[in-house]
Amino acid sequence: MGSTHTTTALEHEHATHHDHSHHDDHHEESFVSKYIFSMDHKMISRQFLITAVIMAVVAMTMSIIFRLQLAWPGEKFAFINAILGDKWGKDGILDPNMYLALVTIHGTIMVFMVLTGGLSGTFSNLLIPYQIGARDMASGFMNMLSYWFFFVSSAIMLGSCFIEDGPASPGWTIYPPLSALPEAMPGSKLGMTLWLTSMALFIVSSLLGGLNYIITIVNLRTKGMSMTRLPLTCWAFLITAILGVLSFPVLFSCALLLIFDRSFGTSFYLSDIYIGGRPLDNVGGSPILFEHLFWFLGHPEVYIVLLPALGITSEIISTNSRKPIFGYRAMIGSMLAIGFLSFIVWGHHMYMTGMNPFLGSVFVFTTLLIAIPSAVKAFNYITTLWKGNIQYTPAMLFSIGLVSSFITGGVTGIILADSTLDINVHDTYFVVAHFHIVMGLSAIFGMFAGVYHWFPKMFLRMMNKKLGYLHFWITFISAYGVFFPQHFLGLAGVPRRYYTNSNFPMFDNLVDINIIVTVAAIIGALGQVIFLFNFFYSMFRGEKAPQNPWNSNTLEWTTPMANIHGNWPGALPVVHRWAYDYSKPGQEHDFVPQTVPLAEGEHDGGEH
Amino acid sequence: MAHSVEIDQKEAWSGGQSPFRISYGKIFMWFFLISDALTFGGLLCAYGFIRHKYAEVWPKAENVFTHFPFVEQHLPLAYVGLMTFILIMSSVTMVLAVEAGHRNDKKGVIIWMLWTIIGGLAFVGSQAWEWYHFIVGTSEGAMRNVWDQEQGKYVLERIYGANMTVNEYGVPQFANFFFFITGFHGTHVFSGVVINFVIFMNVLKGTYERRGHYEMVEKVGLYWHFVDLVWVFVFTFFYLL
Repeated sequence: MGSTHTTTALEHEHATHHDHSHHDDHHEESFVSKYIFSMDHKMISRQFLITAVIMAVVAMTMSIIFRLQLAWPGEKFAFINAILGDKWGKDGILDPNMYLALVTIHGTIMVFMVLTGGLSGTFSNLLIPYQIGARDMASGFMNMLSYWFFFVSSAIMLGSCFIEDGPASPGWTIYPPLSALPEAMPGSKLGMTLWLTSMALFIVSSLLGGLNYIITIVNLRTKGMSMTRLPLTCWAFLITAILGVLSFPVLFSCALLLIFDRSFGTSFYLSDIYIGGRPLDNVGGSPILFEHLFWFLGHPEVYIVLLPALGITSEIISTNSRKPIFGYRAMIGSMLAIGFLSFIVWGHHMYMTGMNPFLGSVFVFTTLLIAIPSAVKAFNYITTLWKGNIQYTPAMLFSIGLVSSFITGGVTGIILADSTLDINVHDTYFVVAHFHIVMGLSAIFGMFAGVYHWFPKMFLRMMNKKLGYLHFWITFISAYGVFFPQHFLGLAGVPRRYYTNSNFPMFDNLVDINIIVTVAAIIGALGQVIFLFNFFYSMFRGEKAPQNPWNSNTLEWTTPMANIHGNWPGALPVVHRWAYDYSKPGQEHDFVPQTVPLAEGEHDGGEH
Repeated sequence: MAHSVEIDQKEAWSGGQSPFRISYGKIFMWFFLISDALTFGGLLCAYGFIRHKYAEVWPKAENVFTHFPFVEQHLPLAYVGLMTFILIMSSVTMVLAVEAGHRNDKKGVIIWMLWTIIGGLAFVGSQAWEWYHFIVGTSEGAMRNVWDQEQGKYVLERIYGANMTVNEYGVPQFANFFFFITGFHGTHVFSGVVINFVIFMNVLKGTYERRGHYEMVEKVGLYWHFVDLVWVFVFTFFYLL
């Protein structure tokens, strides 16, 4: 199939393979088809990664600005004035509307652009064809479209920060009526329209990408790569893509109805609203309907964010413990179970909306069920580490960091899953702490782990290990410094999303905690500068990567270190065993690549 | 017997081949349709949610859609029944086009695709007619409570027909959802007609004859059947229940 494609290759050192038919099209390509409108999965993966890094820097800077306001309300910061100018940062004080906008765009960029588009887009694209032994994605063209829809969507989201009324500000969950009525507040005007436009394009991107990932895994596995020999990364990407294909279309219908309410005078979500003391003629709809539709996407979205990180971690922990992953099938089963359950728990976001309490109790039950497969995964990680010959690479540290934050955040999830306990902590910093740790930190740790681990494959050079350690420890400690104290704020009842605490004198003595949080956030942000330096410096100046830097079993390390089109010169590799034969007794090395045939009488770990 | 099937299944999934033995394009279409089905599913659930809220006063479709072209009598749901029949028949002609494609019978594909396109256009046209009568309403209209923004309360007014904000036949949400869901479906039918037309032109030009198979006809056929199937649900929920 390689010869029918006109996709690109980054390096041409291996242009000597012209004896093989699928390299007949291995010609020099223009800058545009090679770096911009590329259809090669490796280039698209790098495009996703770089875009996501830029978006993450923007979202992180936003969080620092609103954290400054939360810790020192009313103080003047030249930094805020320098970034936001006199309009939104007059004298260095953050404008309240801009505060809401920053919170909204921070959340949107992080959830969709970085942890959905960035994480899935980068690693599904990079690893699926590599690890299943395929020349490329099923459709390189759709894959290219997927990236460019993502790019335009990100550009619109960024662009919406530079318009007169400011970007959307009803929170990343865009609940109506704030999002449905342009006259509600400045952030409901053009900014909201752009938000919806950006998200519609993002849904298209996610659909094109997701369909491609599923079909590639189903159809293009190389000979011998049965589903039970598939690395857990690919299983995670597969399940993630299925969740995306099933849940994003519902967000699409949700957003379409919202657009009609905004622009065409319908009242799907609107009823009994007064603005400035005057009633509106939008009556009869239901804002709860929006929440049902939104969270039917919204909850699977949490696992769309998390599962790729869990898959990446499974791979890295097994490789760097030099042990087979513990409970390979249980890992697959628990991912499937999490994926299934994620569709029947959305109501736990709505306990306090006036939803029927009986329905609430059903959602309590289904939500608590998720603790079972999640715990299976956590125990399997720990038992894989147990008595392993642990290699503390930066990727491994971030993977262990993920296990830590997954457990910390998971435990508070059990509290929030309970509809009666939720009465107390609903919409407080406890919720903020919970989801930032369990999905934000875990996913971003997984992403960092993936970048450190597969950087040699993506950019053919090694990242600096010492800077990696420094980056990990600063990130890990400051991340807990940011989110751990927020549990106490939340338990005390401090509400989230408030610009300042001035109307609640009883929380005044908790403001000191906010200072700790903000200081930790600033240190954490500075720590990311180390990563950015390491990332871009190593891309050009890093040490040349060896063929298989981590002594790993999976197929991507059998391809030449050259990013050639079609991935393998000559025939595709044939797979003879599962991906986790580490420290197998009776073997010469402590790893056995998947391409090594089984010896006589040898048992394949993937088969039972 | 069961045993050998099991072994085949295992063999099919062991890599190096497509386990469902279908091409990439067709599997892509199937997954896309699943995704699209969930968009419609979301919309129909939203419709059910709001309708449940107004269960007592929700308009009855047989009192709303009573017109038939060139006929003065009240014929409740007769016209939409005809529309539905036309759309289902267009699915039948699509099946025949695909079947002709399997036999590489170019002439057969041309004839049956043409009928499918005509059926699709007839459906979209009928929908426009249906919308027109729904928007214009009856000559006598109906007295409805309308929200008066100035006074901040409901006032009784005579309303003719339906639009996004008021509805002669009852709650405005009935009209909102009617316009939105049948409109969304109509958009699907219309884009289906356009796609069918493009493929039809390719058949005329002999593109698939040279390719040796008519799989593209099969793929657009899948989409067309899906659009039909969705209509069956829309029809059921809006008109019959």
